[in-house]
Amino acid sequence: MSTTSTSTTALSSPVKPPAFQRVSGRRRVKDTAATVLVTLSVVVALIPLAWVLFTVVAKGLPALISPTWFTHSLSGLTASSTGGGIYHALVGTLLQGLVCAVISIPLGVFVAIYLVEYAGRSRLGRITTFMVDILSGVPSIVAALFIYALWVSTFGMPKSGFAVALALVLLMVPVVVRSTEEMLRIVPQDLREASYALGVPKWKTIARIVLPTSLAGIITGIMLALARVMGETAPLLILVGYAPFINFDLFGGEQGTLPGVMVAEMNNPTDAGSQRIWGAALTLILVIAVLNIAAKLISRYSQVGKK
Amino acid sequence: MSDAHNTSVSIATDEPTRSGTGGATGITEDTISTPPPSPDRARKTVVRPGDRIFGSLASGSAVLISVIIGAIAVFLVWRAVPALQRNQVNFLTSREWITQDITDMAFGVLDLFQVTVLVSFFALFLAMPVALGIAIFLTSYSPDRLRKPLAYVIDLLAAVPSIVYGLWGMLVLAPFLRPVAEWLNTNLAWFPLFATGSGSIVGGGTIFTAGIVLAVMILPTIAAVSREVFVQTPTAHIEGALALGATRWEVVRTTVIPFGKSGYISGSMLGLGRALGETMALYLILRTTSQAFSWSLFDGGATIASKIALGYAEFNNDIQAGAYIAAGLVLFVLTFVVNAAARMIVAGKKD
Repeated sequence: MSTTSTSTTALSSPVKPPAFQRVSGRRRVKDTAATVLVTLSVVVALIPLAWVLFTVVAKGLPALISPTWFTHSLSGLTASSTGGGIYHALVGTLLQGLVCAVISIPLGVFVAIYLVEYAGRSRLGRITTFMVDILSGVPSIVAALFIYALWVSTFGMPKSGFAVALALVLLMVPVVVRSTEEMLRIVPQDLREASYALGVPKWKTIARIVLPTSLAGIITGIMLALARVMGETAPLLILVGYAPFINFDLFGGEQGTLPGVMVAEMNNPTDAGSQRIWGAALTLILVIAVLNIAAKLISRYSQVGKK
Repeated sequence: MSDAHNTSVSIATDEPTRSGTGGATGITEDTISTPPPSPDRARKTVVRPGDRIFGSLASGSAVLISVIIGAIAVFLVWRAVPALQRNQVNFLTSREWITQDITDMAFGVLDLFQVTVLVSFFALFLAMPVALGIAIFLTSYSPDRLRKPLAYVIDLLAAVPSIVYGLWGMLVLAPFLRPVAEWLNTNLAWFPLFATGSGSIVGGGTIFTAGIVLAVMILPTIAAVSREVFVQTPTAHIEGALALGATRWEVVRTTVIPFGKSGYISGSMLGLGRALGETMALYLILRTTSQAFSWSLFDGGATIASKIALGYAEFNNDIQAGAYIAAGLVLFVLTFVVNAAARMIVAGKKD
């Protein structure tokens, strides 16, 4: 009885599908306002960022295209004479960055391995996570003061490029730890367990399974960390003098660096001075851009290899 | 001892003496009274030399981090003490900074501290809402095609060195902001922050300019950290909200923001920490002044960090350097407290 009645109703006047109710006006206004605000904030952020880059490129390019820029130093040039280049500063910046990376990468990666693979809920794990956070908040100037107090005041070593590299290590390690830790954590637990099930020791599992799986992300993190510390200027002021000539010796004497050129020429009111400042700024940005692009490419290649 | 204990359990009846000095009887009693060991307990017994080396390298590196933090505190205190002993005024409540003659030093950190706090919070106030917007846009609003390039651009710009921002702020932004600053000062001077301060609005070397540059600098940091957490919002939550008929904004408000709140807070704290310790941009932008600080955005002055950088020429004498190291110690404690507080907040929110 009931079945027939329903079927006749269904035939005569079919039940309407549950129509979606229109979103009420207030909710729609809110939604639109949020969309506008959120989009606007991106635009607001991009304006100064694009502006900085445009300024640096526009003002730095004339210096950069001069033929001696990448091959000569500023040695023997007066404040107002044009010509010369930043080869000496490039040497200093790259050497200090290299030494910093050589110390920071193993230290940072091992700390991350400890945190992800060994620490578990241990006390040391929690303390280390906390301390990495603290270290990442240590300002570059404080890192520089610490290295001054330790290396120069206490050990009696001279101010040098190496001291700068040590200060940069303090700034780079926490960045490496954070990014590496993040990458290690997204490695599926199944991979580790599959490896253990085959009788592979823990350290080999980490070195041969976990690290290669996350390698792309780790390298990207390292590159970004290096790019970040390469532009640090505060340690340079305190830990090494600026030299306008080429010095490959990290352990003695003054050393030119790209930020060093900028600080040294800041009091130079001539056109040559402003050319050097903006040229050095553009070169620094290029170095950082190269590191970033390299990081991007490496991560892309590894991802292909992984699949 | 525990290793030996575990291995010997299964074979205890055959060779009870294996477990070593004095433990033999105890072990056999153990095997009788306790159930057989669980499999994961037995697995722990296999420790290869490679594991031992790798494990100790890892935990050694972890310990080193704590050692470094401890060493920073110890060495800064140790090297600051000689200068503090010669200081003729109270270091924490004095505003002067006279360090040239080490027999007659008078230096205090109060002015520097106040400038640091004002410029950092002004920057944070400007940057936080914008960074939240960026993070939300990149996770929930951006077209798929734009998401990666935009995130990349913002990541890339987090790497622009502070000295470049400083250069831009001093030579390009400050002249541009001058009309804005003048308008604020003329029309809103009744509000203490916009009162005429010790800095020259025309010159642009004020906390106002510095704070805006600083906001731009910490923006990518806050946005990146927030975004990292926001993108981890479980898809099920988002789809659940959509299934209930939520608009895009409602999805964000009910799933992404609650989920990512701790990330946003920790990102903002990181940004604050970066602002407090930021050196070179402020070194270039802020004009020093002999007048006292008056909590106006149009004050000049120096932050703790920029004061240390300005005094770099004095880092040839350990006593003189000690005065700056003492200031650095204050900055270290300040950033330590901010970062520790950030962690507490995040830990509290997780539960």
